Amino acid sequence: MSSGIEAQVLQPYKYGFVTDIEADVVPPGLSEDVIRLISAKKGEPEWMLEWRLKAYRNWLKMPEPHWSNVTYGPIDYQGISYYAAPKQRPKLESLDQVDPKLIETFEKLGIPIEERKRLAGVAVDAVFDSVSVATTFRETLAQQGIIFCAISEAIREHPDLVRKYLGSVVPHNDNFFAALNSAVFTDGSFAYIPKGVRCPLELSTYFRINASSTGQFERTLIVAEEGSYVSYLEGCSAPVRDENQLHAAVVELVALDDATIKYSTIQNWYPGDEEGRGGIYNFVTKRGACRGKNSKISWTQVETGSAITWKYPGCILQGDNSIGEFYSVAVTNQRQQADTGTKMIHLGKNTRSTIVSKGISAGRGQNTYRGLVKILKGADHARNYSQCDSMLIGDKCGAHTFPYIDVRNSTAIMEHEASTSKIGEDQIFYAKQRGVSAEDAVSMIVNGFCKEVFKELPMEFAVEAQRLLGISLEGSVG
Amino acid sequence: MTLLQIKNLRASVEGREILQGVDLTVNTGEVHAIMGPNGSGKSTLAQVLAGHPAYTVTAGSALYEGKDLFAMTPEERAREGVFLAFQYPVAIRGITNAYFLRSAVNAIRKHRGTEELGPVEFMDALEEKLKVIGWDDSYLSRPVNEGFSGGEKKRNEILQLAVLEPKLAILDETDSGLDIDALKTVARTVEKLRRPDNATVMVTHYYRILTHIQPDFVHVLAAGRIVKSGGKELAQELEEKGYDWIREPAAVA
Repeated sequence: MSSGIEAQVLQPYKYGFVTDIEADVVPPGLSEDVIRLISAKKGEPEWMLEWRLKAYRNWLKMPEPHWSNVTYGPIDYQGISYYAAPKQRPKLESLDQVDPKLIETFEKLGIPIEERKRLAGVAVDAVFDSVSVATTFRETLAQQGIIFCAISEAIREHPDLVRKYLGSVVPHNDNFFAALNSAVFTDGSFAYIPKGVRCPLELSTYFRINASSTGQFERTLIVAEEGSYVSYLEGCSAPVRDENQLHAAVVELVALDDATIKYSTIQNWYPGDEEGRGGIYNFVTKRGACRGKNSKISWTQVETGSAITWKYPGCILQGDNSIGEFYSVAVTNQRQQADTGTKMIHLGKNTRSTIVSKGISAGRGQNTYRGLVKILKGADHARNYSQCDSMLIGDKCGAHTFPYIDVRNSTAIMEHEASTSKIGEDQIFYAKQRGVSAEDAVSMIVNGFCKEVFKELPMEFAVEAQRLLGISLEGSVG
Repeated sequence: MTLLQIKNLRASVEGREILQGVDLTVNTGEVHAIMGPNGSGKSTLAQVLAGHPAYTVTAGSALYEGKDLFAMTPEERAREGVFLAFQYPVAIRGITNAYFLRSAVNAIRKHRGTEELGPVEFMDALEEKLKVIGWDDSYLSRPVNEGFSGGEKKRNEILQLAVLEPKLAILDETDSGLDIDALKTVARTVEKLRRPDNATVMVTHYYRILTHIQPDFVHVLAAGRIVKSGGKELAQELEEKGYDWIREPAAVA
């Protein structure tokens, strides 16, 4: 009877093309020598190499974690190439020197980096495999003392800042994938907002995996000084391939007194095909520290891609009156698996956190929300509000919720709401009876379901997110 | 002009046959009331005409404007002008009535080859429509049926009816759950929408609404068949005597 909803007609992934560009790829395998090589290619100072090696030695002793609610075959860490970069990359003085093929690639992805075509109001750092290709609007930002550049450049140009904050939120031995990232990270973005500055542009990084048999290990660090504000957005995509590719990123955010960081993600890595072949393993550690009083960190994520997603963007609410937020939409279609959620650690007084998670499962997708809210002894009058909603499309998919709550202060106020709904035949029929097609009906119902999260996205990207959701679910109803 | 012609319609749900040979002809300009006891198949008839996937047509035919209605998908029927006011309208969270209505209007316009309306144009057209039927716009910014009372949901169906201007409107117990004032508003709106080129089929339990909307024909559905048809005076008779007097001779015959 409900076969209409279950019918799977597959929509090809729209960002699956490969750029034919000569690449400088380090042979597969991981060793101290490979790490030295990466460090040398990046022209890093000695302390950075030492930090990487320390992480690597720790990683060797760590077991790969398997507590999450996802299944996948063994990963051959020696079969992955840890560095790939487009060849002939001179020291870039201007965008004129960027390989036109790269500019074209990003344009195809809707990320114009040429001066005349740039998105108004958005500064973009474009990362292609292991290197940052271009960062737009740098001069405009520099006028206000804002630093926005590739992290490899920041390590060379602003070593004191990087050294002070790198690993201060996610230590090099935090977990297996974070340790791996710390050892081999290649590029990513660095943003520094000085005291009292409200960043006039949206900062954005677009990550593109192109080379095969490589992993992408980017590292992003954002520091917001006292009283500053920044909104940052990352997007990503990868070609269609039969193999699984590993993406293990680390993002660290630091907000000092009265500072606000808004971090948005639109994750659209290749999800694999209908049989579960290929796709990105997206194992990511993201954490923000609200170090100062009245500081605020807000995570918004729209996760539609990847074969497997394993990420828990969290906030350490250290400063009194600090605020942590997590707004998430995670979609699993076909054979995708997602185990995602957040960690809110309350240390300071009057700290508040809000969690709104929307999981959508279709096809044979498995979607897990996993969240931890921890209120420590000193966190008087801490408050948390959590809302976890799951939506099922069809009857071969699954939704799971694991909310962990650990309260050690009796003044805490906790609220938790959860719901599971199914897009029913009746809802779709209702829309059809008004002339709306089944596809449009599902997209409407799903967008309505996600509205509370979409309204948190910067305007320029909210439309993109809605469109993306439509694409991810296209074909999930007949 | 004949708008809808149903012949010997049989339909079942979950293997149970509910409609057991329904014949009904509806011409433009007419209002038909379908009455009958609980479980007689009134709502099934409404759902089958709209194309609800839970119901299977096992025999018979229905021609809508001369075309085979059952060969059309539910959305095609809607775009061709068949509208069902649901007995139990469903909620769509996070989507405003205005957005939902615009999607519906544009789907229909696209089907007819007319230009789709942008949000501003649509709102202008909608305000105009609301004025004509004398409703305020408080419904428009609320999510579709979310948190609506039973009566509000029914009124909302009528609002959609007014905006979509179908050729054939099927009202499935729109009057149940309405208080007197709401009933009057709904009835008045339906009356206002009456035109020589459209028709209404009202499924109802109660005589009450028929004092506000004058039907041209009243049919009694019992055990999946129309057992008696007549003018509006039949409704009055049913109100006084109940259904048993009709059912019994039918059973004997």
